[in-house]
Amino acid sequence: MTTFYQLLFSGFALGCVYALVALGFTVIYRSSQVINFAQGSLLALGAYMVSWFAIDKSLPFGLAVLAAIGVCVLVGVVFQRLVLRWVAGQPVFVIVMITIGLSIVIDASVSAKFGANPRLLGDPWSSSAVHPGGVTLIWAKIWTIVTVFGVLLGFFLFDRYSRYGLAMRATAADEEAAMAVGVPTRRVFALAWGVAGAVATVGGFFLATFPNQLDPSISAVALLAFPAIILGGLDSPAGAVVGGVTIGLVEELTKGYQPAHASWLGTNFYVIAPYVVMILVLMVKPYGLFGRAPVERI
Amino acid sequence: MSATPVLETDGLTLFFNSVAAFSDVSLSVDEGEIFAVIGPNGAGKTSLFNVISRVYRPARGTIRYLGADLLRLRRAQIAGAGIARTFQNLGLFGNLSVLENVLIGRHHLMRSGTLRGGLYLGFAQLEERSHRAAAMEALEFVGIAGVAHRPVHILPYGIQKRVELARALAMQPRLLLLDEPVAGMSTAERGEITTLIRRMHERGYSIVLVEHDMGMVMQVAQRVLVLDFGRVIALGTPGEVQRDPRVIKAYLGAQLEEEAAV
Ligand SMILES: Nc1ncnc2c1ncn2[C@@H]1O[C@H](COP(=O)(O)OP(=O)(O)OP(=O)(O)O)[C@@H](O)[C@H]1O
Ligand SMILES: [Mg+2]
Repeated sequence: MTTFYQLLFSGFALGCVYALVALGFTVIYRSSQVINFAQGSLLALGAYMVSWFAIDKSLPFGLAVLAAIGVCVLVGVVFQRLVLRWVAGQPVFVIVMITIGLSIVIDASVSAKFGANPRLLGDPWSSSAVHPGGVTLIWAKIWTIVTVFGVLLGFFLFDRYSRYGLAMRATAADEEAAMAVGVPTRRVFALAWGVAGAVATVGGFFLATFPNQLDPSISAVALLAFPAIILGGLDSPAGAVVGGVTIGLVEELTKGYQPAHASWLGTNFYVIAPYVVMILVLMVKPYGLFGRAPVERI
Repeated sequence: MSATPVLETDGLTLFFNSVAAFSDVSLSVDEGEIFAVIGPNGAGKTSLFNVISRVYRPARGTIRYLGADLLRLRRAQIAGAGIARTFQNLGLFGNLSVLENVLIGRHHLMRSGTLRGGLYLGFAQLEERSHRAAAMEALEFVGIAGVAHRPVHILPYGIQKRVELARALAMQPRLLLLDEPVAGMSTAERGEITTLIRRMHERGYSIVLVEHDMGMVMQVAQRVLVLDFGRVIALGTPGEVQRDPRVIKAYLGAQLEEEAAV
């Protein structure tokens, strides 16, 4: 039973990170029907910025995180205002290619500055842990869960009750009508990119905490969050969270139990398991658990 | 009348790929007037609204709003300037509630910035309350306050049309552009909307009304402009326009074509 709780804990913590990454995708997709292929790179940039501010600039860790969030929000907003703004109305394919371009630029800049070797994150937790009832709870993961909950709560309150949250949801539903009723849609799109940058940073540095490390491969986590967003439904922030947590749990539980109980599935099956779950869900609900089928207008 | 017209266009012309949607449209809407624009399908009525809301750029001509050049404004500034519109095919936010749909029309009136509005504290909260009250009042005016918290996409078409009217009113406009507000409605509903538009007139709004329901137009409008294939063929009081041989011919022509098509 201890093993089960252990796996539940680590799976939940991992799922929280996936939820944030998935939320980043969802916010952009909802506003412009574009899958942002730069989300993983933004996340890597965020994590490296935390490390840079905390270690090279010796800022206290909390401040380093805030400064890194600032950098990523800025990158997102500037990219939207300087680049995407001019291709508004182009086919989605074009915009997707441009996000791939951004991803290449960020990845190249990060490697040029920090190299390919693992780097210290500069977090205050390293491998410290508490052990209630024989279960090892790593502090970094406890903080992951607590912080991600805080961020998600903040996002949902903003989305649901604030003036700009309402403007974001309206713009997502019908951009033309939103403009006609006076919503500054350009600002709304910039805001979506800002939110994507902020959640990417928080997800990124938690992903680089013990037992993981910070190296350029961290940007690949975006691919792991993919089953989460498909599972939840591309345009649903709530779905992103449920999808993310589910995928995290599936991955850790498979990693823990499958080698002993279903070894015939081969080694590293936990890498594939999330995709298996994704395909099974899509067979039953093609638009994801929370996604809405497109409404045809007559 | 010597007062500045609310809306004035002169020689307004719009092309879609070298085909004119309308040409040389000159009109002037007085303060507090209900000004109807009628004409057969494809005459260019909705396109005219789209030019006034800055969705399309006219090839020629001028638009003055309260005496100032409207073409200097961007599309997102039109609402703030005091022009609200409703859409022929509905422009609602389907998964938002009725109240939210109306509240969003007040975005341009809200003061607290992204951050304060985002944090939803103190001042922002007070402000929020007054905007909610105004949105509810608009819903009451159009008679659907009871469904304020329902998602808009589950409601019947006639109710959705009213949500659009409420949203336009909540925007605190001076000029309303209504594109076929009774299209697809039952006779009883038409009567109710006609009454509503009369009450809006009493409240002093200036209204440009596009409508195919002649009975309604003749009841509420002070003046009527008739478009046919993008050209103005008549302008006058409802009585004058009804007797105009060119108008009769345009409508009869459209009717004959329809019969031939059957
Ligand atoms: N975006 C567009 N691109 C090309 N042509 C257009 C566009 N919008 C409208 N048109 C054309 O312009 C003409 C006028 O259309 P418009 O929608 O303004 O007519 P309308 O008077 O509103 O008709 P209805 O009574 O059917 O609503 C039509 O021939 C239409 O096909
Ligand atoms: Mg029309």
